[in-house]
Amino acid sequence: MALTERRILSLGELAEGAQARVHQVQGGHLFRERVATLGFTEGTPLRLLQNAGRGPVIVLIRGTRVALGRGEALKVLVAPGESGDEDPQQ
Amino acid sequence: MKTPNSEARTVTVALAGQPNVGKSTVFNLLTGLSQHVGNWPGKTIEQKVGMYHHQRNGELCAMRIVDLPGTYSLTANSLEEQIARDYIIKERPDAVAVIADAAALERNLYLLAEFLFLPVPLVLGLNMTDVAERQDIHISPRILEAALGVPVVPMVATKNQGVRELVEAVDRVIRGATAYVPSRPAIREDHRAVLEEIRALIAGQVPEPYPEEWVALKLLEGDGEVAHMMQERMREDWAPVCGVLTRHEDAFLAVASGRYEWIGRIARAAMTRPRTGQITLTDRLDRVATHPFWGLLVLLGMLGVVFWLTYSIAAPLQGLLDEYLVRAGRNWLHDALAGAPWWVVGALADGAIAGAGMVITFLPILIVFFAVLGLLEDVGYMARAAFVMDRFMHFIGLHGRSFLPLFLGFGCNVPAVLGTRIIDAPRARLLTILLAPLVPCTARMAVVAILAPVFFGGAAFWVSWGLVGLNLVVLAVLGVVLRRPVLGRESLVFVMEIPLYHRPNARTIGLAVWQRTLAFLKKAGGIILVFSVVVWALSALPAGEMDTSYLATIGRALAPLGAWMGLEWQMLVALLSSFVAKENTIATLAILYRAGGEESSLAGALAGAWTPAAGLAFLVVQMLFIPCAATAAVIRQETGSWAWTVFSVALLAAISLAAGVSIFQGATLFGLGG
Repeated sequence: MALTERRILSLGELAEGAQARVHQVQGGHLFRERVATLGFTEGTPLRLLQNAGRGPVIVLIRGTRVALGRGEALKVLVAPGESGDEDPQQ
Repeated sequence: MKTPNSEARTVTVALAGQPNVGKSTVFNLLTGLSQHVGNWPGKTIEQKVGMYHHQRNGELCAMRIVDLPGTYSLTANSLEEQIARDYIIKERPDAVAVIADAAALERNLYLLAEFLFLPVPLVLGLNMTDVAERQDIHISPRILEAALGVPVVPMVATKNQGVRELVEAVDRVIRGATAYVPSRPAIREDHRAVLEEIRALIAGQVPEPYPEEWVALKLLEGDGEVAHMMQERMREDWAPVCGVLTRHEDAFLAVASGRYEWIGRIARAAMTRPRTGQITLTDRLDRVATHPFWGLLVLLGMLGVVFWLTYSIAAPLQGLLDEYLVRAGRNWLHDALAGAPWWVVGALADGAIAGAGMVITFLPILIVFFAVLGLLEDVGYMARAAFVMDRFMHFIGLHGRSFLPLFLGFGCNVPAVLGTRIIDAPRARLLTILLAPLVPCTARMAVVAILAPVFFGGAAFWVSWGLVGLNLVVLAVLGVVLRRPVLGRESLVFVMEIPLYHRPNARTIGLAVWQRTLAFLKKAGGIILVFSVVVWALSALPAGEMDTSYLATIGRALAPLGAWMGLEWQMLVALLSSFVAKENTIATLAILYRAGGEESSLAGALAGAWTPAAGLAFLVVQMLFIPCAATAAVIRQETGSWAWTVFSVALLAAISLAAGVSIFQGATLFGLGG
């Protein structure tokens, strides 16, 4: 895989305020289709707005704030971005 | 309003859009009070239809506006999405106006990208352009229009800007005055061949009125409904299609990312936005409102305000209505029918008027609840409340969206059941409805407030809190137990858009309150009336005395069951009569213990007759007992099923009686029986 040199984390492990790109979404068809509809497709930049370490998280993706339950956040794998990365639009 | 031949020119326009894009504001502006609110045929999803009369060259043209459910896409994954796409394909409206949020253009264009494959002309209403401008997002409607091949109308619906222009654009598209040549997203290159393969396989086999291209795309997306339809149709020819589909199970990702790539290209051409993100008002507010600790405090504060409003506005109004309308009406009827047989007077004054009175006295509470709910929803706070409570709700098998409706139950179970409409998954909504009656409402707490001091004196306060706690424990346990059977395969997924905060719109909130109240009166009102006449008949017939009534006969017949709980037949009758309204418990006890209606004398009569163990058992049963008639009526209304309504009542009856028996037997063991 092209992304192996970068570390892959789940959204639940990403720090608050960090930027990343969607790597892969795990889980059932229904869940993956639902988040794909909201814009979680491979390579999409996002920023984690809220992650208290437990409970749900809030992600800014394609100009939209999306809340994901803890279980759902763990199924979204991301490649943490570097400082030069594009901002996921306000 | 209508010109003589206007019927011939009535066109139908469907209004589509994702949630939180101001679609209902547009719908309300166009249709106002001409709206008809009902359900989609055979579904429990709300359907709104209204009329708009459009001026063209001095002529009035009637437009029937159909508000489609708010959806993010058109898969078959939710009832709302199925309704929206079935409507377009089967009913073929003359045009669809897709409303989009300019501040989240890309995600909003996703829904449009799906509509482009359906056989209906589109107009894009680019709403909230003011919000986008404030965030330094600039969109050129011209370029967007050229790139999409769909007319684009910039709008600020909350300020009534652009709505007229939207209608004119729709009118032009319908008349064919503008050339309509939409562009369409292509599937990602690596899946183009597969799509062609499927198209070739299903060619000529797609039933009317489904567009072949759309069916091929939906099959590739793994759409269960379309697959089922094609399997039925193609029979033995289905196997090769099925083979292709299984080999490309993840094709939906290619379809979705193909759409987003297409959208990205268009957005880059038509939109400029700031390089780096700014801190918006929403970000600042959310630092507090969605914080794990401060967010809880904000939520508590909000709920405090809701209850303060209920008690300071609704409760006194309720009292006034009861005194000057309901009681006055009953007295007047008693006088007016002085010569009529006692049972006519009773059925009308104590049955029908009492029932109608209950419906009327419910209104202030409902209106306050609906208004506050509507306000919090419109401002965007509801999503934050769900977010903050999500981790706690998981303990009882539900997620954040179920919190608010359940909490409303402390005021009254009726708005709690009605409030479950904010839950997007139908099974999770059903589970919440089943749990809602276990939240102790104010009426039940009033009964406890009167009876607990009679049996427990100074300890009444602790007993009351214990009773509330017991209800919540039972609710949590029932949630865990029912989770699997009720939710079934519907997994509990918490994915929710957190909308931007915005200024509330009085018109939107006002109309929502008006419609919900009207719906309650229409649907629940009749059922409540019937229930109260029936319960009156049982409690008065045949002789007009409660002692000798059918209800008393039933109570006496149930006496052996009551004995297990230490309850006398009078107490059972009081419980049964609480079905009409929980407050009735006290009135019935007063009649049966001949206390003359005075609370103090009732206390005296009861203190002598009951042991503390029996008193405790009675209070426990009363708190857990079957929902009142009004709640049962809205359970029927919201589930659309008598079976679930009866299940709910039977379940609570069983739970309350089991709890009553265990509490009485337990308390007797601990020496409270004497």
